Amino acid sequence: MDDVKEKRMIEISIYRTDGTGRGEYKDYEVPMQEGMVVLDAVRYVQEHIDTTLAVRWNCKAARCGSCSAEINNMPKLMCKTRIDTINGKIRVAPMGAFKGVADLVTDISENYLINRQIPEFSPKEAAVPWKIMQMDVERTKEFRKCIECFLCQDVCHVIREHKADYVGPRHIVKAASLDMHPMDTVDRSGFLNREAGIGYCNVTKCCQDICPEGIKITDNAIIQEKERAVDRFYDPLFWRKAKKR
Amino acid sequence: MHESDLLIIGAGGAGMRAAISALGNGHNVNIVSKSLIGKAHTVMAEGGIAASVGDVDKDDNWTVHFADTVVEGVYIGNWRMAEILAKDAPERVYELERFGAVFDRTPDGKIMQRAFGGHTYRRLCHVGDKTGLEIIRTLEDKVLHTDTRIFDEVYITKLFVRNGRFCSALGLEMRTGEFLLFKAKALIIATGGCGRVYKITSNSWESTGDGLALAYNAGAELMDMEMIQFHPTGMVWPPGAKGLLVTESVRGEGGILLNSKHERFMLRYSPEKKELDARDVVARANYYEIKAGRCGPHGGVYLDISHKGRGFIMKKLPGMYSQFKEFAGVDITKEAMEVAPTVHYQMGGIRVNPYTCATSVEGIFAAGEVASGLHGANRLGGNSLADILVFGKLAGDGATEWMDGKEIVVPDESEVAKEIGRVRNFIRNGLNPYDLIDELASVMQNYMGIVRNGDDMRKAIDLIGNIRKRSEDIGVSGGLKYNHGLLGCLELQNMLVACESISVSANIREESRGAHTRSDFPKRRSEWKVNIVCRKNGENLSTKIVRVEEIPEELAKYVKPEVYENG
Repeated sequence: MDDVKEKRMIEISIYRTDGTGRGEYKDYEVPMQEGMVVLDAVRYVQEHIDTTLAVRWNCKAARCGSCSAEINNMPKLMCKTRIDTINGKIRVAPMGAFKGVADLVTDISENYLINRQIPEFSPKEAAVPWKIMQMDVERTKEFRKCIECFLCQDVCHVIREHKADYVGPRHIVKAASLDMHPMDTVDRSGFLNREAGIGYCNVTKCCQDICPEGIKITDNAIIQEKERAVDRFYDPLFWRKAKKR
Repeated sequence: MHESDLLIIGAGGAGMRAAISALGNGHNVNIVSKSLIGKAHTVMAEGGIAASVGDVDKDDNWTVHFADTVVEGVYIGNWRMAEILAKDAPERVYELERFGAVFDRTPDGKIMQRAFGGHTYRRLCHVGDKTGLEIIRTLEDKVLHTDTRIFDEVYITKLFVRNGRFCSALGLEMRTGEFLLFKAKALIIATGGCGRVYKITSNSWESTGDGLALAYNAGAELMDMEMIQFHPTGMVWPPGAKGLLVTESVRGEGGILLNSKHERFMLRYSPEKKELDARDVVARANYYEIKAGRCGPHGGVYLDISHKGRGFIMKKLPGMYSQFKEFAGVDITKEAMEVAPTVHYQMGGIRVNPYTCATSVEGIFAAGEVASGLHGANRLGGNSLADILVFGKLAGDGATEWMDGKEIVVPDESEVAKEIGRVRNFIRNGLNPYDLIDELASVMQNYMGIVRNGDDMRKAIDLIGNIRKRSEDIGVSGGLKYNHGLLGCLELQNMLVACESISVSANIREESRGAHTRSDFPKRRSEWKVNIVCRKNGENLSTKIVRVEEIPEELAKYVKPEVYENG
């Protein structure tokens, strides 16, 4: 309907790979539609030009976090990036921090393995139904907005450049969402300090700049959780207190 | 090959809740999911879980929730399922909270509940407008911290049945292109709905009726397939976002509907409940206003919440704010949203036993949107999240109880080989599956829409038959690994089953009831207080009409009796 009145075409360049490490950009022409997002263009290619193009998407409403990619070198959700916000040519590539599977699809399964290591929610004894104040809910709510798009993992230079033993921003946000749960009893400082390698984060805040949910990852989660780990493991006052007990 | 006591297809709320039950009963579980873990359609649920915990309105209790469900389901829902839902939902909500979900609170620290269409009291326990995300994350965490194996991005192509009993399922692992055979004593299907068979839908990519078709091809019965819910408010602009859900919470929190003449038209259609009448009523009102030309520039009516103020909106509806800001460039704290009906939910689905969720095939169980019965002719908002938790648990319990003392049945290897051949065979020169899917969705949109008539429906049946015929000639290039086109071929077959059962059932029901509205039979009629059941008979679809059982006295006393106009 809309593409009849407007025949304007846009150019989109998509990285094609079979997942073996080699690949190249291929150019496609796609009819422009009002208010179109990058995912619309990529799906057009997939449905009408080359059905073998591998791309992950699901809700198309920025709620599921499936269609993560690098659009002109910026980690973004394809479903949320409007074409009219991009100047010049559009280049879409898979997330670089993860192993490629095919074209725009990457293997993000390591994230579920990390999730398994985070000590799970363990509530204190309390009369049911629980009484919880909204103020306490608000503290954890921000972290629970995470849609697990893993763009923060993708942009994180510690993960990208050093492959250090750092679990990455998403998982610190997860730990924070549990730590700030008003009924939780678990001390995750050991996990943060050892398995999570939270000390490796040097607070460049790249992750919070690109979070599509606007979570203040560094300010509100990582720094708080760093303090939790530091208090427990590197604060001489804590050692003394611990000895006295 | 992978063996477990229980196999679950679908990693949404129902599937994961079922897994938790089965694990609790000491069984091992494999979960297979078409999308990644945590991306299932549950994540899209916004408004909340309907449960009569009575934290906001003290007078609420299970009997009122039960009556609301039966009445708004227009009396063809399974009253036993409605009773179970109403009684169990509060405990499922408290339990979810103990699993780690964090709900919004009342000033005295209880669970906050909001008003929703068709619910007598404020009943929806919620987390802002992201309740589904909270549910799926909570259940996912719980499941991930067990030995359960989750096979994500594995697409099940066929169920194998031997001597009338389930024995295994064949899946294609997208990441590797390998075929995986899942053997289990019992199977739970929790694959969600089929909204993608319509052009304009709030449903995500994966809602292509896979579970429906798997069960149907395995011999299970489908029921109430004509009942497709149109949500009153979907986005209309930009084109790429058309159909995207605008949560009912907007109306629940005080949003009003206006036409282009700035008239609050719901006062005409439903003077008492207004915007908060059941979804079928509001969706039809929106449809008629748009049809009469009293609509905005993009063919929608207006939904306005701006009078509530920025602070309120940002707190209660942050997701809606960013959805409109980012996709449409509309600031809902200042201006109205333009909305129109969008396909949202299938009330029908696999016919199940209300207590155990058993289907008509031994060893196969079903729960969630893919199952039928609970919602009848219309689903209340918030009842689907209650549904997945309540019946997800019951399916897990039902399946584990059933499998007690049973062994795994070995599948016929030649059948497995034949199925692998069928899938491989789509890799050939042929028609583009997406073209046919597009055509199918247009047929459904144009002829099986919100207001139907006999001529249109017969036309739809013909056109679907024609697409079915041409679907024999589809084919795609590439290999088995992450080949979306191949998936399109497989999905098309399932979508055809969904469309055939919807259109055939709809054409049979000669009345208007709930979501099924006919211009040639505009009245509700007592002789149609029935359920229409479909099943596969050879290569054809056969139907039967089953009278709805009368509600027993001990439950009937809570429900206002059904009244029919003459005609």
